[in-house]
Amino acid sequence: MESWRDSKAAFWVFLAPGVLWLTAFFLVPLGLIWLFSFGERSGPVDILITWTFDNYTAVLDPLYLGLFLKTLWVALIATIVSLIIGLPVALAISFAPERAKNLLLLAVILPFWTNMLIRTYAMIAVLRSRGFVNMGLEEIWNGIAWVIAGVGFDPTGLMGERFTPLPLLYNNTAVIVGIVYIYLPFMVLPLYASLERLDRSFLEASLDLGAGQIRTFFSIIVPLAMPGIVSGIILVFIPALGTFLISDLLGGPDSQLIGNVIERQFKAANNWPQGAAMSFVLMYMTFIALALRSLLSRRDA
Amino acid sequence: MATLTRQATAAAAKPVRRRGRLGPLDYTRRTWLRLWLAATFVFLYAPIVTLIAFSFNDSRRNIVWQGFTLDYYVRAWDNASLIEAFTNSLVIALITTVFSTILGGLLALALWRFRFPAKAAVDGAVALPIVIPEICMGVALLAFFARTGLFAGASYPWSLAPIIIGHVVFSFPFVAVVVRARMAGYDRSLSEASKDLGANEWQTFWNVTLPYMRPGLIAGAMLAMTLSLDDFVITFFTSGPETLTFPIKVYSMVRFGATPEVNAASTALIVVTIVLTLIAMRLQRPDRAGEAMA
Repeated sequence: MESWRDSKAAFWVFLAPGVLWLTAFFLVPLGLIWLFSFGERSGPVDILITWTFDNYTAVLDPLYLGLFLKTLWVALIATIVSLIIGLPVALAISFAPERAKNLLLLAVILPFWTNMLIRTYAMIAVLRSRGFVNMGLEEIWNGIAWVIAGVGFDPTGLMGERFTPLPLLYNNTAVIVGIVYIYLPFMVLPLYASLERLDRSFLEASLDLGAGQIRTFFSIIVPLAMPGIVSGIILVFIPALGTFLISDLLGGPDSQLIGNVIERQFKAANNWPQGAAMSFVLMYMTFIALALRSLLSRRDA
Repeated sequence: MATLTRQATAAAAKPVRRRGRLGPLDYTRRTWLRLWLAATFVFLYAPIVTLIAFSFNDSRRNIVWQGFTLDYYVRAWDNASLIEAFTNSLVIALITTVFSTILGGLLALALWRFRFPAKAAVDGAVALPIVIPEICMGVALLAFFARTGLFAGASYPWSLAPIIIGHVVFSFPFVAVVVRARMAGYDRSLSEASKDLGANEWQTFWNVTLPYMRPGLIAGAMLAMTLSLDDFVITFFTSGPETLTFPIKVYSMVRFGATPEVNAASTALIVVTIVLTLIAMRLQRPDRAGEAMA
């Protein structure tokens, strides 16, 4: 690596455009809402920077605090579910024959190329009361009723008059399913990357020495894949914390997450200082998650 | 412990593997893992496939198959605002790709080639747009454009500028990361050789460094385009009241009662994205062959 002094012209040509763009359109805007988060509304569009902490203490209000905790909780559950679904998938892919491996990887990445909004919208058709899951369940219900009637019992007495669709949409479960659906590839890819690098002789040794598959999985595979697991958790957890589209479209009135509230403070409620403070609390939560990761990976190394 | 002993005895009694040709590490061939894999792919694809399938369904209720029709495609095509939104999204994605690739490529070169004070700070600042929640970036850009009045009331095509600026900000760091990863494998003695042989700085860059960078640049450009087409959040916060982009249009159509036209238009976008990505992959391929030869 050469010193920037050796060819100053080239150095500035390379560095300046990106840094200027980043400063003007990212750092300055962030700085602006950071200032706003210490301000007060002094008119419909005016914000007076008074260096008050009121916007931050408002976050401690039970209403907002509950919302933050709920967002954490939803993001956490969605991350754990993604990990449980993703780990066997990544394992199967990394041990697949070379040709199948590339195809399977492509199949995992392909949904990425579909707009997130479209995928969320597609989920509505699957989950709604006249959606495919409920239609499938209705078929099963009718089948069972038909069998019971065939045996000679009256199915209406046992199972009710007719199938009632399950409320799958517009609740917290729908939001979690949506997050898992959208971000699952983010979990599978880093898991795959670390399982791919795994030295298989460790697994063989463990199995040869008498450990069962389950024990090998938990004491060899999981610890060796830990960097991938941590990356996957971060990659799903952080976007899940900030989601507002998924909870907006799939959630009901009681599945509002912090992202929805921030959006409303900036758009409908026009309370920018409050929204700015909440954005920064969300950002600090993200940084804590990232710091935890680097702490964990340092321990590994 | 019980399982261990049982397995040990089984292994001692029968040296031949118990489940036929299934080796202990043949995870992909285990039935439950295959079912797991299949179930996951059904979960990932069923919504998209049904969306595409039902864009051809001749029924407004959208759920029972009533026969094949292209009616919704015709209606989506005749829907002027939908077409306008679609075109705008493509224009935004194209311009974003060009800007992101140039900015990201240059920045990657600066970080790869030079030692300079505040390098760690630049590194951190570049990583920031990748890690912070999108909504935070969205509201920051909203506040920024509202306060500075930049492009306020601008007419087409300048009305797209805030969205493009926002897209470039979150795309070009990804390009920088990808290109930098590519440059990590570059043998610096190649540049030195080029200069020893009499090429100047510019010739060396153009004939030696840039060809090596190309696969990284293409991959980065691909990523930038996909990110731009995929984005909803930044667009939602940076688009003015009159700027129509595809995600915004679809969002409002979904919010106020979805029509099958949305299925048709979404299918069109899915096809466009996949075709673009496949073309990009094709473009990248001859380079890989060259790489293998080198």
